[in-house]
Parts: sequence; C-alpha cells; structure tokens
Amino acid sequence: MAHQQTTAASAVPSGRPGQEQEPRRRLRASDVIRKISQILGELLITAGIVLLLFVGWELWWTNVEANAKQTEAVQSFAQDLTGPVTPAAPGNQTDYGPPVVGTAPANGETIGIMYIPRFGADYTRPIIEGTGADVLDTLGLGHYGSTSMPGATGNFAVAGHRQTHGAVLDSIHTLVPGDKIYVQTADGYYTYVFRNNQIVLPNRTDVLMPVPTQPGIVPKESILTMTSCNPRFGSQERIIAYSVMESWQPASAGPPSEIAAQVAKAQGKG
Amino acid sequence: MYSWIFRNLPGPVWVRILTCLVLVAVALVLMVQFLFPWFSQFTTLTDSTIGLVQQP
Repeated sequence: MAHQQTTAASAVPSGRPGQEQEPRRRLRASDVIRKISQILGELLITAGIVLLLFVGWELWWTNVEANAKQTEAVQSFAQDLTGPVTPAAPGNQTDYGPPVVGTAPANGETIGIMYIPRFGADYTRPIIEGTGADVLDTLGLGHYGSTSMPGATGNFAVAGHRQTHGAVLDSIHTLVPGDKIYVQTADGYYTYVFRNNQIVLPNRTDVLMPVPTQPGIVPKESILTMTSCNPRFGSQERIIAYSVMESWQPASAGPPSEIAAQVAKAQGKG
Repeated sequence: MYSWIFRNLPGPVWVRILTCLVLVAVALVLMVQFLFPWFSQFTTLTDSTIGLVQQP
C-alpha cells in the first residue's frame, strides 16, 4: 500500500498550468477531496475483496491443502506397513490375545490410520501425535499426548476439525451406535464400536480421563474418544464421540473385511 | 490509486495488463501464505480440542 501515499502527495501539485490563481486553488482543494475519497473507496473495496478471499480460503482452500497433506501422510506411513492386505477368511474368528500397544511417537509423527465407513468409503485419515495447531490444521486427527495409545486399557483420545482444514470430523454427529471405527497401526487393526456422543463445554477435560468423565475409576475397557467443535461452524461447545474397542487383530492377520479395499488402496496395492 | 499504478507501469498496454495480472497473483500468494494463516488464529471456527491441552 506504499502507492497510496505517493498518490496523495502527487495529487496536490498536479494543478493544471496556465490557469488563474484564484480558481486554481479552489479546483485543487476539490481535487484533493476527490482523490482522497477515491483512494479511500478503492481501499475499502480492496478490504472487502480481501475479506471475501479470506472466507474462501478458510472454507475451501484449507480443505484442499489439508486433504493433500493427509493423503501424503497416509501414503508415507503405509509404505512401511507389513502384512497382507486381504482379509482373513470369513468366519475365522481367531482370538489374537491382548492387543499390542505401541509407544507414542514424537509430536507430528504418524501413529496410524483411521477408517470410519460411516463417513464414506474413502475415509482414510492419518492419526498424528499431538493436538497443536501444526498438527490439527493440516494433518487432521491429532492424538492427545496425555492419553493412552490404541488398544491400551484406558482412553485413546483424538481431536479433529469439524470444519475447515480438512474437516476430518465434519460428520461426527452422523455416527450411529454400533458403527465401526477402525484404527490401523504398524502393529495391527483395532476395531472400535461407536457407543454415544456428548456435547460439553470446551473446558471439560474430564472427557479425556481413562474412564471418561469419571475421575478415580480404574479403566477396564479400551475407549476411543474423539473431540471436535460444536456446533458446525462454531466453537461454543465440543462434541465428544465415545467408542469402545471390540476386537484386535495383528497386521499379519490382514485387515477386517469391511475396510480391506481401503487398506489395500492406502498401501498402493488396490 | 489503481489507475495511478496502471498509468505509471512501463511498457505498452498489453505489457501493463500482464504486469497487473502478475502483481495480483503475487498479492494472492502473499495473502494465502502469510496473511490468512495469521488472521485465522483470531477466528474461533477451528477450536476442536478440549481444555488447554494444546494451547501454547
């Protein structure tokens, strides 16, 4: 906006030559007012356009950017995965024993991949360690570092945006009790079943407790807690979705059949 | 302001139009890269975490 000052300054001496002294001064005064109001108008129009662009950026472009980043994160994580991508034979309900619990990686590193069929057959999103803006704004689902890892007895809690920046949990309110939520790590597949959701105020950190909202209770189940903002396009409240782990199978056993195609696609074998 | 910029650009009209397009593109890139991410911290649309866990 450096031009604006130059314009205002140069507007003053730009009186037309060869005119009488008296009418020239009057003309110059009105000229200055005209110039100033014109510059002001142009600046205001510019500000309006910039604000509209910001809305477009926030509501649309952040999603484009985040989706690209997340696809990249899924791909680079899936590269190192082992095990078959075809599901075990149906009806073959082997008990694989207690789930393997991984250790949390450094902030910003990928923990695993989440598949939620209710959110669409292409819902393949990375789960990243950490809930800072650096993680949530591009990489999507962020794991609260203070909570357990997938499969552990206790609470595995992740946060994600409801709107903008990939909108990873936009459809969180459409989950129906019984819906499967699959978490894939390097160790295997953890199948969670959605149980209920809850709408709370943003300061309710007790939803992240080992047994959510019940301090001092020793956990017996593995809970998956997802937090996002509520209402959509607002942040006055938080919507919390609780799921309970139903089963676990190691990577060597192949993916659950419901997500087999997605798993194969993520690993570039589909 | 904009007409002043246009008048003071060098070259024939088509070159000046091209220069303007480049200037607009540069302004867009600067806004998307720096201005908008900075400004978005003042909107509350993106708060999805519980408590003060993530706030630095």
